[in-house]
Amino acid sequence: MTEFIFPRSIPLACALALAVLVVVGLILPDWAMFLATMAFSKGMVALGVVCLMRSGLVSFGQGLYYCIGAYASGLMATWIGISDIFLMSLLGIIASGIVAVIFGPLLATYRGIFFAMLTLSLSMILYGTLSKMSVLGGTDGLNVSAPTFLGYHPEGRALGLSLYMFTCAVIVVYGGLVRTLFDSERGLISLAIRDNELRVEYLGTSVRTEIAVTYIVAAIAGGIGGVISGAAIGHVDPEYAYWTTSGEFVFVAILSGYFSIPAVFLGSVVLEIVRSFSNLYFPNTWQMSLGIFLLIVILLFPKGLGSLLSRSKKPEKKQ
Amino acid sequence: MELLAYILVDGLIYGAWLFIVSLGLTLVFGILNILNMAHGSLYAIGAYAAASAVGAYFALGGEAFPFGSYAAMVIGAIFVALILGPLLEYGLLRHFYGRDHVILVLVTYGVFLILEDAMKLIWGVTPLFVSEPYSLLGNVEFGPLYYVTYDFLVIAVAILVGLGVWFVLNRTKRGKVVLAVIHDREMSKTMGVNVDRVFLISFTLGVFLAALGGALTAPMISVSPSIGVNVIILAFAVVIIGGLGSIEGAAIGALFVGIARAASVHLLPEAELFVIYLVMAIVLVFRPEGLFQKTQARKI
Repeated sequence: MTEFIFPRSIPLACALALAVLVVVGLILPDWAMFLATMAFSKGMVALGVVCLMRSGLVSFGQGLYYCIGAYASGLMATWIGISDIFLMSLLGIIASGIVAVIFGPLLATYRGIFFAMLTLSLSMILYGTLSKMSVLGGTDGLNVSAPTFLGYHPEGRALGLSLYMFTCAVIVVYGGLVRTLFDSERGLISLAIRDNELRVEYLGTSVRTEIAVTYIVAAIAGGIGGVISGAAIGHVDPEYAYWTTSGEFVFVAILSGYFSIPAVFLGSVVLEIVRSFSNLYFPNTWQMSLGIFLLIVILLFPKGLGSLLSRSKKPEKKQ
Repeated sequence: MELLAYILVDGLIYGAWLFIVSLGLTLVFGILNILNMAHGSLYAIGAYAAASAVGAYFALGGEAFPFGSYAAMVIGAIFVALILGPLLEYGLLRHFYGRDHVILVLVTYGVFLILEDAMKLIWGVTPLFVSEPYSLLGNVEFGPLYYVTYDFLVIAVAILVGLGVWFVLNRTKRGKVVLAVIHDREMSKTMGVNVDRVFLISFTLGVFLAALGGALTAPMISVSPSIGVNVIILAFAVVIIGGLGSIEGAAIGALFVGIARAASVHLLPEAELFVIYLVMAIVLVFRPEGLFQKTQARKI
């Protein structure tokens, strides 16, 4: 039974997941579809945080790539007039990839709090720069025109649905790739780094390279997430890079833990739902409920809610 | 030349204020090993408490002796520290000791989220103004430059607080005990040090310094809910530049950041935030652990 729910084969699992998401999408009302699109695109960014968390690193600045992706596609849409979502995603990937290739090796030397603070500061630098650059819209940001899909120009509900479908395809494919990465040698080394990086070094692997690669994978996920969010909202602004935005991604990552990839997107959906409803009913205390929720999760589920979903049930090691 | 003087004095004033706030952060990190993300919120709460205290002071007929409002500000900060310090340390953080550093960062992030909204619930979202104490001391003239004397009061407080903390830590018996706890928690426990109490007091002191920073700022700005979010980012930069847990480091870091910011405000206002982080990034590239941090051996 569990074999059926959690198929061993990654392509099979992806195909199943996509089928479910598409069917669900067809019956969702418009508001829920938008919510799901946003949740999934932010889930991509959180997935990046999860990738790094496997090596014991917490990036408090993943908003950097979220913002880069969003601005790359937004600017290209305004300047060159590209509105194809595939091209925009590609741009987002390239832009965030380039930045990550520059900073990844540099950040890979830092651990723990220093890593967290440096990533945070990088995203804040971007925030500060963007809010002061009037060419790029300053704090108001810029508008992104409605995306097109390989020459298809949907409007109204069709637009939301197309974007939702695109998002689902993206998260399933990227999720599958990341799962493959997690199960590969490289992914297992990431876990080992978390346990003891010196030993990993002695075994003949470069910890720095591993971390840099993971960082780039995480950054690209963030970039794509930014592109989709920007296209879904139709607007990008420097807030994408603000540290509290990054904090939310960390929140989702903590919520879901680093064992299960579907859990990341599920966690993101939960957060979006909580946010929407608390914004509606208690606009002044939604951060507070979020904070209390976070504390409870950390206290009761040290490995995240995803540990409940995880298929590998290893006995707890005594510390 | 005039510009240089402006930059230096502005930087000094700004740095002094930053130092008070960062000192609390660095102390808490040095002693309890917690990077407190809620520090900015504590700062904001201090500002609110001071604003309320000053408001109450004048409402109760403090006009006759307006200088008493300074005492009201400090009392506000002490009040915040005595309530929130034990509440957070004893009620919450204590349960997470022994967990990963990063987990504690996240716990304090949760506290930050809670406090941000708690502030809105208590004081509302409309900004508060209490500018009376700011103008009370008059102005100072430095050749062509005019400054409000209150700004120099902040510098004096920063120096006093910095020296005081340094003196207590390094020259008194209680301070030595704290240093012993920093050096080896378990060993000092075996030697009969009440580590729990040291933590409690240190954390409360950290909260007090954050609240004091806020209280001193309250008369200079409009106190609104968002002030804490920005402060924590600055304080992080200062503390990281100086080396986590180092008092001298926090002083130098605050001075660096203060002058860098003042220079950028006068020369290139667009780059204000950028410059602060640039300074931090440069320092970290050359001294990965900050200016005043000893490199620690990695445990196998």
